[in-house]
Amino acid sequence: MHEMSIVTSVLDTAHEEAAKHAGARVTKIGLRIGEWSGVDRESLQFCFDSMVASDPNPPVLEIQYLPRQNLCGRCGELFQVKDFDIACPGCGFSPTEPVSGNEMDIAYLELEE
Amino acid sequence: MTTVTEKIAVEKKVLSENDRVAAGLRERLRKNGVYCINIISSPGAGKTSLLERTLARFRPEERVAVLTGDIATDNDARRMARFGFPVKQICTGGSCHVDAKMVERALDDWDLSTLDLLIIENVGNLVCPASYDLGEDEKVVVLSTTEGDDKPLKYPGTFFRATTLVINKIDLLPYVPFNIEAVRENARKINPNIEILELSCTTGEGLDTWCAWLEKGVLA
Repeated sequence: MHEMSIVTSVLDTAHEEAAKHAGARVTKIGLRIGEWSGVDRESLQFCFDSMVASDPNPPVLEIQYLPRQNLCGRCGELFQVKDFDIACPGCGFSPTEPVSGNEMDIAYLELEE
Repeated sequence: MTTVTEKIAVEKKVLSENDRVAAGLRERLRKNGVYCINIISSPGAGKTSLLERTLARFRPEERVAVLTGDIATDNDARRMARFGFPVKQICTGGSCHVDAKMVERALDDWDLSTLDLLIIENVGNLVCPASYDLGEDEKVVVLSTTEGDDKPLKYPGTFFRATTLVINKIDLLPYVPFNIEAVRENARKINPNIEILELSCTTGEGLDTWCAWLEKGVLA
């Protein structure tokens, strides 16, 4: 769906960053994608492959997928949210606060010089 | 010749360019005292009908405008223009969501100081629009009783980011297998603070509450 425009943004950013390092070639792009980000990994990879198809040495896309994690404001437990249940598994307190799962970040690039 | 591989931290949001434009829009809207909502739903949930019913209730002197997003056609803008308020169609040309730049372009020749309320009707889609900040004050998700009552769980991203859920077509409740209590429960699982309004654009039930909700936002 919107994965094509996401890949376009990713490649634009990668090229901008690479341009700061004269003569460097991007070999890997590291993304961080959260479970609730609305991004489909397979579709993202498919769009990425299509966009770099004309590149004889295309960069590799590495996706770190982050599950939804919440933090309990009462007992401090950090836990993975399963079946959308945000009650703390430690002490039962609810609602707990989301700390990860919405990410759609470019974490790093690998450049070859 | 030796090659050196170097790993550099970027730590940038993929949609940082959209977020930058949206932040500019938010500032512009705030300066002009415009309250802005971004309405998201799947196709056919009744976004345009809700806006028609809303505009029909406004007095002519109300300072309200609508941007309506669709992949193609200006049918929705024509449907809403007959109420006499400024309406502009955003044709996304195939894109499944409205992004901040489209809003910026659409607002280019509008004097925001003449407005109190700007309503953006997003493209019918429960996935992608949630990722694109448009500079709005609130995202409103519309769900209708002819859809599945598990939709909040299927599209958590949208329900998580919305401040308000409007359940439309409640006049059909006796005829459809839609468990409204399950929807409320599912929506609150994803977003415990979500405000829930229930209405019917056909019978008009619940529209007073919806208009009061809008007014509260404008006055805030």
